[in-house]
Amino acid sequence: MEVIAINNVYKTYVESEIEVKAVRGVSLRFQQGEFAAIVGPSGSGKTTLLNLLGGLDTPTAGEITIGGTHIHQLKPSKLIDFRRDNIGFVFQSYNLIPVLTAKENIEFIMQLQKRAKKERDQRSLELLEAVGLADRVNARPAKLSGGQQQRVAVARALASKPKFILADEPTANLDSVSTEKLLDIMEKLNREENITFIFSTHDTRVMKKARRVITLEDGLVLSDVIK
Amino acid sequence: MILKNAWRNIWRNKRRTLITASSVFFAVFFALLMRSVQLGTLYKMVDDTVDAYSGAVQVHAKGYWDEKTVNNSFLRDALMESKIFELVNVRAVVPRFESFALASSGPKTKGVMVIGIDPDVENAFSGIAKRVRLGDYLTDNEQAVLLGADLADYLGLQINDTVVLLGQGYQGVSAAGKYQIKGLVKFPNPKINKAMLFIPIGQAQMLYGAENRLTSLNIGLHNNLLSIHLSNKIKQNTNLEMYEIMPWEEMMVEFVQMIKTKNVSSTFMLALLYIIVGFGVLGTIIMMVSERMREFGILVAMGMKKRLLALIVIMETVLIGFLGLIAGAISSLPIIWYYAHNPIRIEGEMGQMYEEFGVEPVIKFMMEPTVFFNQTYVVLLIVLVSVIYPIAKIASINPVKAMRMN
Repeated sequence: MEVIAINNVYKTYVESEIEVKAVRGVSLRFQQGEFAAIVGPSGSGKTTLLNLLGGLDTPTAGEITIGGTHIHQLKPSKLIDFRRDNIGFVFQSYNLIPVLTAKENIEFIMQLQKRAKKERDQRSLELLEAVGLADRVNARPAKLSGGQQQRVAVARALASKPKFILADEPTANLDSVSTEKLLDIMEKLNREENITFIFSTHDTRVMKKARRVITLEDGLVLSDVIK
Repeated sequence: MILKNAWRNIWRNKRRTLITASSVFFAVFFALLMRSVQLGTLYKMVDDTVDAYSGAVQVHAKGYWDEKTVNNSFLRDALMESKIFELVNVRAVVPRFESFALASSGPKTKGVMVIGIDPDVENAFSGIAKRVRLGDYLTDNEQAVLLGADLADYLGLQINDTVVLLGQGYQGVSAAGKYQIKGLVKFPNPKINKAMLFIPIGQAQMLYGAENRLTSLNIGLHNNLLSIHLSNKIKQNTNLEMYEIMPWEEMMVEFVQMIKTKNVSSTFMLALLYIIVGFGVLGTIIMMVSERMREFGILVAMGMKKRLLALIVIMETVLIGFLGLIAGAISSLPIIWYYAHNPIRIEGEMGQMYEEFGVEPVIKFMMEPTVFFNQTYVVLLIVLVSVIYPIAKIASINPVKAMRMN
């Protein structure tokens, strides 16, 4: 089943009075359950494409549909709701809320969705178990290692039961052991729960695990390889 | 969720929160002490003036205030007096008959104010018997008077001497009489001492040929600040064609003007204090917002509505403001309570000056809830003004740009 359709998308922005064509006519399709990596050198347009996919940025031309919804035609407030309910984000520097515990960080997005307390409790504990942190339920981010924080971030991204997860360089700040562990968890969730993961990455370990690798260069798709 | 997040957020940077809350604390603490002493002293002056003589509300015949003559007196109405006495907050209804006369003794004559009083009721209202320095206080309807001590000196009169009063009575009749001096009174106000004479009300009515008539009903209240409210109540049940009802604020215009002037100057000082604190709070908020723009961007990216985010930031500011407010109020409370019950006595020349104005020379603190509530409104106002900046920043946040910030 097709989850995401990117049709001839362009993104141009002006930086220091210089026009930068970050994405130039990209068209891609993503199916439910994909485990895809968008790779390419710095400035190739990976993060811009991910931002466009996540509805955080607006394309200069072209359109993106997620589950049949033209996301860039939504009003700003509806787009925020759409992101909350359909897209999970994992960021390079974890970005957990520092004043909340691991469990509360996961619950937070469900609170925004106004889910019942019982359901929030159950799901957050299940997700912490799934990412191997059942023993760190009440730990605040400052008490967790980088790898543990990123695992909580993955659990948080899954909490809202999104259609797909966008992960922007999720392993960039992790050591090899933590990277391996995180990738195993995400791969397991992908296989067992059919959750779609789309990464932007430089990391060869991520590329190895990915079942589809899309290479970008200068805002164009250079190759799209399904393993 | 809003409260929990806000509460935890303010403790992320404990030192900054404590510094900001402290600035609110000191502002509230000093503002409360300042306001309490200003209002306490002012209203003590009001109480002294109103309770010693005029009463908080007066009932006259219509036109009396503009033309104070016995012809503008009114027939005493026991029913009206009892109805007024039954009203909430009324502690005394004091009948008076007042007019002018020439007081003579031998070769000396002086224009005096003759105050006809009901000795018992008057004493219960103003404690006038305590002002008798020589001789005794009046009883019932005896043909005797109390003289201001300075007036007695001027006329060369002593206790048991006789004073002659000459004047014009009701509807043009002659007013003349001889009265024994039963006592000499001394008030803090020198004007009263030099020109006043107290006489039983029946004798005054007889002197002026105005039997059973009054020039005013003076109403004493438990709380003089409710005078306008009470005068409005009396007006509802009174024939306003015949009577005029006046609260002390209408009778003592210059005094009210003085209170207003003092209020303006103290409000200006408080405003200055709060503006300084307001900028301190604003500075903290600007710093906090710029530090957390990246986090705000992430929260909006994840699906948090900007409105909810703004509410959390508003709540954080409210909490910091109220921490300072509550601490300031609690700390000032014992001091205010102590000095409200144990006023500071002013000695020396300053004290004498107060006494000359007929006011007890004390500095008193006021412990009314309004003093505390007003500070709450001011702190709320500071918070509301300060949160405009974060609200504007959050409303215009672009998650992509915000997430790039460090």
